[in-house]
Amino acid sequence: MGRKVLVLGEAREGQLRNVSFEAIAAGKKIAGDGETIGVLIGESVGKHAEELIQYGADRVITVEDVQLAQYTSDAYSQAFMAVLDEEKPEGIVFGHTALGKDLSPKIAAKIGVGLVSDATSIEEEAGEVVFIRPIYSGKAFEKLSVRDGIVFATIRPNNIAPLEQDKARSGEVSSIEVPITNLRTIIKEVVRKTSKGVDLSEAKVVIAGGRGVKSEEGFDLLNELAEVLGGAVGASRGACDADYCNYSLQIGQTGKVVTPDLYIAAGISGAIQHLAGMSNSKVIVAINKDPEANIFKVADYGIVGDLFEVLPMLTEEFEKLRAVVN
Amino acid sequence: MNIVVLLKRTFDTEEKISIANGQVQEEGAEFIINPYDEYGVEEAIRLRDNHGGEVTVVSVGGEEAEKQLRTALAMGADKAVLINTEDDLDEGDQFTTAKILTSYLTDKNADIILAGNVAIDGGSGQVGPRVAEGLGIPYVTTITQIEVNGKAVSITRDVEGDSESIQTSLPVLVTCQQGLNEPRYPSLPGIMKAKKKPLEEIELDDLDLDEEDVRAKIKTLDIYLPPQKAAGRLLEGDISAQVDELVGLLRNEAKVI
Repeated sequence: MGRKVLVLGEAREGQLRNVSFEAIAAGKKIAGDGETIGVLIGESVGKHAEELIQYGADRVITVEDVQLAQYTSDAYSQAFMAVLDEEKPEGIVFGHTALGKDLSPKIAAKIGVGLVSDATSIEEEAGEVVFIRPIYSGKAFEKLSVRDGIVFATIRPNNIAPLEQDKARSGEVSSIEVPITNLRTIIKEVVRKTSKGVDLSEAKVVIAGGRGVKSEEGFDLLNELAEVLGGAVGASRGACDADYCNYSLQIGQTGKVVTPDLYIAAGISGAIQHLAGMSNSKVIVAINKDPEANIFKVADYGIVGDLFEVLPMLTEEFEKLRAVVN
Repeated sequence: MNIVVLLKRTFDTEEKISIANGQVQEEGAEFIINPYDEYGVEEAIRLRDNHGGEVTVVSVGGEEAEKQLRTALAMGADKAVLINTEDDLDEGDQFTTAKILTSYLTDKNADIILAGNVAIDGGSGQVGPRVAEGLGIPYVTTITQIEVNGKAVSITRDVEGDSESIQTSLPVLVTCQQGLNEPRYPSLPGIMKAKKKPLEEIELDDLDLDEEDVRAKIKTLDIYLPPQKAAGRLLEGDISAQVDELVGLLRNEAKVI
């Protein structure tokens, strides 16, 4: 059975986010032998259309307007609803990003449908689309299906593999004009606090520090390792509470949930609230002075030792490795 | 100001989850106010103390949620409403909860509605925005600061670590993010007073809703625990040997580098 599926692509700092390619792959699973249509909304987003197609979209619809330069739920919902009214899809996929989380419930409420948020797996079983998503912050999973109406989901970054980019693929790109009116929330200013380009929730490698890092300066060691590995830095609540770093880095039950390929926990004891935010990572490395630390229970590899000694050595080793590979 | 807080009773963050017959077992577990909703209760009390008015906490759930509503009253909320769905609904989803809350709030003329950014059990973060859409009012999610000046509202929100300054106006619904405030503990006099504060209990009938109107759109097929991870490996030898071994393992065994 084929469905027509709309997939919202999302750009950040001038580039499509990786989760958008994952969302296309998810959309194709829902579509079956139907059609997967990329939707791009923004001030000037047409340039990304080709890339969405190369990652599997059959065609792309853009909505461009100066009022869409920054995300607001009012403006983006007007743009998306216009596409929805025109295409009448049977499925919708967004990334479970700040934007996707904010916009998806509004769209679901407007059209009166269910919404599966933060899915980590999508499979078709006997013509029915079956979703898996973590609940209780990853301490359990639930398997869901949609009773009726549009199949609508947001997908967690880093969990559904994107398709290989195929530069030979082509498809139709069209645009629709949407009058954007009645914006009830206005963005006055955006303050960038995240320093580097790699977003914590999308990072393939996360280096996280806890109380054991002891100071703001201690986090420099983590930053250096993260830079060599092209990863992002995170933290436990303890490190944030102690002001070693910004709360935006917090991983855990309150804070961000991450599922990178590699999670390196340095000086983190492994409180259950922290584990909730990272235990589904693919490979976990723990570095801690205390051999009894709880973090070792979820770690694939553990080093009992002083992080101030281990981290610089790791950075050095990976630097050597990078030099060889390059 | 007429301030409403949407509140959910959830498992304590310390609780282990166990499952029997495809359901999460609640017996013996500790329950709390969803931590993100607790920020909402605290902020509501502060807004009332600065601007006057009344704080109403509303929960959809069973009889047991009364305890968390009493806690919110003890913190300083003025009144509580429990929309008890125990007898009417076997299962519900975010559509269900939002529809019930929207029906309840539709004639209440709330100036500001505070909800959690996400509940730590279901973790979908849908109900707040769905209710705002149902009521036809704007919403701002993951807020870390809010100031009200007459009808004008200035908000700072967290966007994946960056922060946005937003200007909007009442009425508005906001969802609370960590960093908004430090919720107070109920004081002993607060707890005593809470016992006398009004806690109204209503059912779907009182909202002119029947089961069919709020039937879940999503069907739960199964609930299960994550697969047990094989025991990890503690590396041995001196630190530099361990580091070498780790790099090798990450490259050749785990293949993540």
